[in-house]
Amino acid sequence: MIKLFKNLTKKEIIGICIALCLIVFQVWLELTMPDYMSEITRLVQTEGHLMRDVLKQGGLMLLCAFGSLVSSIFVCYLAANIASSFATTIRAKIFRKIQEFGTEEIKKFSTSSLITRTTNDVTQVDMVIGLGLQMMVKAPIMAVWAILKILNKGLEWSILTGCCVFILLTMVIILLIIVLPRFEKVQKLIDKINGVTRENLSGIRVIRAFNAEEFQEKRFDEVNSNLTDQQLFNQRCFAIMNPVMNLVMHSLTLGIYVIGTVLILKANMIGKVTLFSNMVVFSSYGMQVIMSFLMLAMIFMMIPRAQISARRINAVLDEDVSVIDGTFNGQTTEVGTVEFKNVSFKYPDADDYLLKNISFKANRGETVAFIGSTGSGKSTLINLIPRFYDATEGEVLVDGVNVKEYKISSLNNKIGYVPQKAVIFSGSVNYNVSYGDNGKEEATPKEIEEAIKVAQGTEFVLKMPDKYESHIARGGTNVSGGQKQRLAIARAIARKPEIFIFDDSFSALDYKTDATLRKELKKYTKDATNIIVAQRIGTIINADKIVVLDKGECVGIGTHKELLKNCEIYKEIALSQLSEEELKDA
Amino acid sequence: MPRPGGRRVQEKSKDFFGSMKRLLGNLRTWKFLMILSLILAMASAIMALIMPDKLSTLADEIGLGLVPRTENIEKIYTAMGDSLSKEKLQTKMQQIMMSTSISNEEKNNFLKIMEDMQTNENDNQFAALTNCSEDILLILFDDIKVDGVSISKEDLVSMVMTMSTVQVDNSEQALEVMDNLPKSIYSLIEPKMNVDKIKKLAIFMGIIYLISALFSYIQSLSLITVSNSFAKSLRTSISTKINKLPLKFFDTHETGDILSRVTNDIDTIAQNLNNSLSTLVTSVTLFLGSIIMMFYTNWIMAITAILSSLLGFVFMFAILGKSQKYFSENQRALGELNGYIEENYSAHNVVKAYNGINDAVNDFDKLNDDLFQAKRKSIFLSGTMQPMMGFIGNLGYVAVCVVGALLTMNNIISFGVIVAFMIYVRLFTNPLSQIAQATTNLQSTAAASERVYAFLDEKEMPSQDDKRKHLDKSKVKGEIEFRNVKFGYEPGRTIIKNFSVTAKPGQKIAIVGPTGAGKTTMVNLLMKFYDINDGDILIDGVSSKDLTRENIHDLFVMVLQDTWLFEGTIGENLRFNKKDVTDEELWQACRTVGIDHFVKTLPGGLNSVITDDTSVSQGQKQLLTIARGMIEDAPFLILDEATSNVDTRTEELVQKAMDKLTEGRTSFIIAHRLSTIKNADLILVMNEGNIIEQGTHEELMAQGGFYEQLYNSQFEKTI
Repeated sequence: MIKLFKNLTKKEIIGICIALCLIVFQVWLELTMPDYMSEITRLVQTEGHLMRDVLKQGGLMLLCAFGSLVSSIFVCYLAANIASSFATTIRAKIFRKIQEFGTEEIKKFSTSSLITRTTNDVTQVDMVIGLGLQMMVKAPIMAVWAILKILNKGLEWSILTGCCVFILLTMVIILLIIVLPRFEKVQKLIDKINGVTRENLSGIRVIRAFNAEEFQEKRFDEVNSNLTDQQLFNQRCFAIMNPVMNLVMHSLTLGIYVIGTVLILKANMIGKVTLFSNMVVFSSYGMQVIMSFLMLAMIFMMIPRAQISARRINAVLDEDVSVIDGTFNGQTTEVGTVEFKNVSFKYPDADDYLLKNISFKANRGETVAFIGSTGSGKSTLINLIPRFYDATEGEVLVDGVNVKEYKISSLNNKIGYVPQKAVIFSGSVNYNVSYGDNGKEEATPKEIEEAIKVAQGTEFVLKMPDKYESHIARGGTNVSGGQKQRLAIARAIARKPEIFIFDDSFSALDYKTDATLRKELKKYTKDATNIIVAQRIGTIINADKIVVLDKGECVGIGTHKELLKNCEIYKEIALSQLSEEELKDA
Repeated sequence: MPRPGGRRVQEKSKDFFGSMKRLLGNLRTWKFLMILSLILAMASAIMALIMPDKLSTLADEIGLGLVPRTENIEKIYTAMGDSLSKEKLQTKMQQIMMSTSISNEEKNNFLKIMEDMQTNENDNQFAALTNCSEDILLILFDDIKVDGVSISKEDLVSMVMTMSTVQVDNSEQALEVMDNLPKSIYSLIEPKMNVDKIKKLAIFMGIIYLISALFSYIQSLSLITVSNSFAKSLRTSISTKINKLPLKFFDTHETGDILSRVTNDIDTIAQNLNNSLSTLVTSVTLFLGSIIMMFYTNWIMAITAILSSLLGFVFMFAILGKSQKYFSENQRALGELNGYIEENYSAHNVVKAYNGINDAVNDFDKLNDDLFQAKRKSIFLSGTMQPMMGFIGNLGYVAVCVVGALLTMNNIISFGVIVAFMIYVRLFTNPLSQIAQATTNLQSTAAASERVYAFLDEKEMPSQDDKRKHLDKSKVKGEIEFRNVKFGYEPGRTIIKNFSVTAKPGQKIAIVGPTGAGKTTMVNLLMKFYDINDGDILIDGVSSKDLTRENIHDLFVMVLQDTWLFEGTIGENLRFNKKDVTDEELWQACRTVGIDHFVKTLPGGLNSVITDDTSVSQGQKQLLTIARGMIEDAPFLILDEATSNVDTRTEELVQKAMDKLTEGRTSFIIAHRLSTIKNADLILVMNEGNIIEQGTHEELMAQGGFYEQLYNSQFEKTI
């Protein structure tokens, strides 16, 4: 956590220092207030004092109270600002760092974990600053100050106070030890109840078709009972805290009085008076001591959680980015070529190669397709071109230059990549299609319309309420899967790249749309090179080159016809999809 | 401790009292525990009200132990005065005069003092006597008895001597002097505590504290039991409700929304019931109690205390009202930022590949700054509450003291009243803020329960009590007839217009069409997930309108494209709802679909648990759902063909398994690949929700319509 605090700016540190001074001032005010209170009590209780005196003391006390109010509001203001601005800085840092990440790092942390790290974990840490700044500083000062006030005022009372603090702390600690791990359990059970409900909703047709409603309800009941039992246990444990705390605090006061009685009885006349006043002081400050210790205990409960969050944040910030930017600005003589030279790839800590010794070349305007069963390495292979990963061995060349030498942005300017799962941003259709920066001028509305037309999207876009300006909801929930995919393809087209990469991007489309789209695309981008990963033979049947992959190895390169003749695996795939006569027809 | 994840927006409910009434009505099951806990809460509050008074009595009692019983000194003086009465004095004077041991000088001195004493009526006549010698005093004083304590004349002399050194305006020195008095006298004037009374009071208080702790624990326990049982029953209601709602409902409602009702909303209700209800009862009791006590004690002071506190509260609520805006602003900004982050991270590849990072960073900074502005304001405003409360308390305290002092000086009230009010002011201000907090909590409880009840009130599927007919699974021949079926998802938008077709037992009916053509509509109608608007669907000649949904479901095996399996073992998933299926039968099904090998390779075999992260591929899941269908075994089959997510070789396996499944069943196959359905007995071609063509492959090809186009498009030479 301390490491994270190094991210505090000078302004924030100055703010913290001011806040600290103010807190000390505030504690002082708060601890002098009881003096005025007792002075007022004395004035009121003993006769013969003037109204003026009461007003004066009251005024002074109010002044203290007001001073404390003002300073604590000021502290609050500082704390709110520091905590928020710190959180803002950290969040920005994490976000920027993650932007640099390659696919490998993203996979390592997982997207959902990165999201929690940027949001929840940061909140945890900044809460410690916001609350902690006040409590963490105030509690010890209060405790020490209060202890000083009661020190030497009676051993018996001090022992009693000590015992009370001990009892309370023991109780808090025992409760924490018992209950904290169970809180995690509750969290898991909540996830589980969410899971079963989600299951019930997503499988609603299947469940009804199997008349399995009761079966599922039973499953739900089981988790529900577990959750309820666990929560009952936790809450019942915690419920003991308040009554015991109150009991201990009241007993402390009562105990102080009882001890006081005994002591006063034994003392001589002069001693009695001192004892009595000490007793009164003790009964008010003893409570303060206990409260401060409880406050400290609470902070100690908060710190471990924040500590874990801080560690998780640091893990992101300290992560080394594996893909390092090059310097080449992308001015090449060759255009639209992609070449793999003996490329092998494995994940850094994996034993097995995912790709072994792949070589091929795609020339300008050619279509090169990759086919193979799941896990054959098709997607991994094309991921090496835009450097989502770097090849472990061998070279990947774009326009004759190794991709590692390019500035990533220059490399990206040459590429139009369409992922398997269409990505849609919340925003208008226009925004989605013109997304990003290709080093040239921004796409004109006409270009966007054209790109959508090529991607076979004009029809549905025009049906949307605001046409090209229609808003697409987060996650693209208001468009269908096929529509999303067409917009994603339009985005690549609007980019006007030299090289298109389609990672199984057509499977969400029906055959007819798929076929027309590819026909139009071919017409529109005559010179562009197409790299296609596909499942359907129909999609790639006319490719200039088909690369057949099996378990990371290239088992055949050639046209559809050639491969049918000399590649067993290709034939097998082809036969599983089309009948023999259909293959001949084609 | 604050909850992780920041504050929740305080929501306003639409009909606060209505929802609360219903909520409380539902709590009637736990009436006893509820009433018990409320009574206990009230009892604790009343104890809290009387305890400060007892405590101050205790302090007063102990305080009594400090005041010397000066009245006893008076008594001693009176007794001494008796021994100096005129008659006695006469004889004593003679004694002194005749005494040989006293010098003449002293005798003269004594006479002079006596003379002085008679002329000026001094308050303390004995003070003058201290100038006499001890011998004289010994003669003058007699042994006396005060309150049963006998005091020798020597002690009296010593007392008179020591007392003479006391300076009038130094009480401390007076106390010190008293300590030096002879024992007999000291015992008389020593402050006396009512030890008995103190003991009784202390024991009484201890017991009350104990009882009050016990009460509050029992009260928490019962409320915890109530709130958790209530939450459990609400969750169960939602879960059962899901199964009673028509599928139509789920078309228009998001999963996330329903999920958040099961967890978040119910959690809010349970937690707030737990905290707010008891707080509310305790606080209201304390609040009203302290007001009553205050007015009972003194009305002027009561008004002072209430007015000064209210002044503060008006101020506070003004701030609170203003801060509401920032809270929701903060929540909104946070949601926006989270959404953006989620979108960006999941789209990381695209953001990178399209050089969108710069834009992303700019967008992020803007949202991040929005959040910063909103957050610092909301944290600041909520943080000021605590100090405000403290200040209000102090303000009330000073006001009570000042007004109290004024009243005391005019002898309207006694000091005790002020002391009592100092406590009442605290008792009065604390619950007020708690009540404010509890009511906002109840607001969000009401809002949450409104959402839960809205779900529970959704219209359920019509009752099936009137369905008299029943088809026995084992006796059904397997004929289905669509007779002039009309259907539309929304009223007024009929998508299937007057559709008629008959499927003979054992026939294979294929449904084809581009994505989004509404192929699942047919599934919905066959399974009676939706009711048709007009016409009839007959199974073996029996109208499906006369059959229960359960009966119809029983007649169908359904294998869908989305491979739904629940989190449980493979065996449990295959058996699913069906009882009395032996392991051997399960293996048999696995063998038939060709997944037996895979299941055997898993460490637990049939007992292996399927979770999201286990390495069961889409294709294997698909095979498992087919095996599940086999075990279900019914005369009709609905089959949604394999997906594009499966690799081609697994796909082949799936295809074979599906073919096995269709054997001997009247099958409806939703086809994605046209090659496999050419041999279907009937092909239904759908587009835009409508059935536009029907016939066999050859008939449809000859027709040269949509189907022919669709069929040929897969071989088009494009690239």
